[in-house]
Amino acid sequence: MCAASSPVAGRDGLAVLDAEEIRRALTRIAHEILERTHGGDEVILLGIPTRGVPLARRLAARIGEFEGLDVPCGSLDITMHRDDLRLHPARALGRTDLPAAGVDGKTVVLVDDVLYSGRTVRAALDALNDLGRPRAVQLAVLVDRGHRELPIRADYVGKNLPTSQREVVHVLLTEVDAQDAVMIGDDGGRP
Amino acid sequence: MKRHLISAADLSRADAVLILDTAEELAALADRPIKKLPTLRGRTVVNLFYEDSTRTRISFEAAAKRLSADVINFSAKGSSVAKGESLKDTALTLEAMGADAVVIRHPASGAAHRLAGWVQGSVLNAGDGTHEHPTQALLDAFTIRRRLNGDGGGADGRAGTRGAGLDGIRVTIVGDVLHSRVARSNVLLLSTLGAEVTLAAPPTLLPHAVGTWPCAVSYDLDGELPKSDVVMMLRVQQERMTAAYFPSVREYSRRYGLDVARMGRLPEHAIVMHPGPMNRGVEIAAEVADSARSTIVEQVANGVTTRMAVLYLLLSGTEFPEVTQ
Repeated sequence: MCAASSPVAGRDGLAVLDAEEIRRALTRIAHEILERTHGGDEVILLGIPTRGVPLARRLAARIGEFEGLDVPCGSLDITMHRDDLRLHPARALGRTDLPAAGVDGKTVVLVDDVLYSGRTVRAALDALNDLGRPRAVQLAVLVDRGHRELPIRADYVGKNLPTSQREVVHVLLTEVDAQDAVMIGDDGGRP
Repeated sequence: MKRHLISAADLSRADAVLILDTAEELAALADRPIKKLPTLRGRTVVNLFYEDSTRTRISFEAAAKRLSADVINFSAKGSSVAKGESLKDTALTLEAMGADAVVIRHPASGAAHRLAGWVQGSVLNAGDGTHEHPTQALLDAFTIRRRLNGDGGGADGRAGTRGAGLDGIRVTIVGDVLHSRVARSNVLLLSTLGAEVTLAAPPTLLPHAVGTWPCAVSYDLDGELPKSDVVMMLRVQQERMTAAYFPSVREYSRRYGLDVARMGRLPEHAIVMHPGPMNRGVEIAAEVADSARSTIVEQVANGVTTRMAVLYLLLSGTEFPEVTQ
C-alpha cells in the first residue's frame, strides 16, 4: 500500500532525499527508460494518483529534453481495483486519463512514488488489463522501501530505502505539497 | 455519508459534491471497451420494485452490474406480494438471502424509511409514493453541473467541474409538484448545492407546506422563463390524481406546458430537463423534447453513472475506519 497517501504536516521526520537528489534520481530513471526501451519509442508513462502523476510528467519532460521525444503521459486510478476497499471507508476516486492513442501495443511504464507491499501495483495491473493490451508493462518508483507482499519488482528505482515496517515514508512533491523531499518518520504509534 | 440514501435531505453539501465528483470519474467508463469494474464483486443488490418503472430499475441494475455486484430483481407482480405478503416479511426474506443493498420503489411514502429499520444492508430509495426520489435529484444535479459548469467533454472540462456545487444557478421546476417525489428531492438537493430553485405550478398542484421548502414559488411560468438557467418539466401524474386539479389537459398545457414559443423565452444557454416518462403534448411539446437544449436522453445515461457512484460510496467501504493498515 502506498505509504505516502496521508499528509505529513505536524509530523517529525527525517529527510532522506532532498530536492536535488530527487531531481538526479529522476534524471537517471529517464535515461534508464530510454536505454531499456531502445530510445523510448512507443512508450507511455502512466502515473498512479496522487503523487505518481506529477512524477510521470517530470519523467516525460526529462525524456523530452534529452531526446526531443514527446512521450505521452497520463494517469491511472486504481481505487476501484484495490484489495482493501472493505477495510476502509469509501475512498474518493482519482482520475484515469489515458493518452488519446490508448495503450494497445505500447510499452507502458507505471510510475508511483513509493513501492512497499506491491498491492497498489497489482491493482494497477488489473486496472490496465481493462483498458487495453500493452505490449509490455514496466514499473518506475522513486523509493523502494521493501517489505513486498506480492511477487512484484520495480524496473527503475530512484532509491532503495531499507525501512522497518513501523516506519512511514512520505514523498513530498512541489506540485502537491509545495516542496520536494522524501521523509522517513515514525508511524505515530499506530497499531 | 450515512449508510442509507432515503432522502436528499440526508446529504450534506460535501456528500453531494463527493457523489457528483465520483460520478464524474466513473463517466469515463462509458467510453471504454470494458465497461466494468470489479469493485462490488461478491456483493448482492436487490431491486425491490412495488411500482412500475423502466428507467430507474434498468439504471440501478446496469449500475450494480457495471460494478460487478450480483443483482436480484424483484417486482411485486408475480411474487408472494400478490398473495398478500407484507413489506416487512418480504424484507426479512431478503435479509435472510444476504442482500448488501436493497433498492426500493414503493407507492407508499415512507416505505424506504420503514425498510431501513428492518434490514442490515443499505437501503436506497428509488421513489416512495409522493415523497422522495434522491438518485433522480443527484443525476439531475450531475447533468446540470456538466452542462452549465463545463461541458464534461474533455479532460480539462471535467477538471473544471470537480468539487463545484451549483452556486447561483437558477432552476425552475414546472408542473405537478404536488404528486412529484422528483420535485421534492430536487428542491432539497439543488438548494443544498447552492442553486436558486423556483417552483412554477398552478396553485392546486402545489403542496400545502410548500412555504417551508427552501425555494420560491410562482404561478406565472412565462415570467420565470427568462430568468432560468434550467427548466425542469414534471410529468402530470394522472394515475395519482384523485380530484380535478385543473379544468382540462388542454388548458394545463396552454398555461404550463413547454412549447416552442415558450422555449424561445429562455436564455441562450438554458437547458430543458424532464425526469421521464414524458407526456408529449401535455407538459412538453415533442419539438422541445427533441431539441438540442433538451437533456432528457443525457439524463438517462447520467443516471447509470450517478447510481454507480452512490452504490460505490455506500457499499464499497467499511463503517469502521482504521481497522487495519
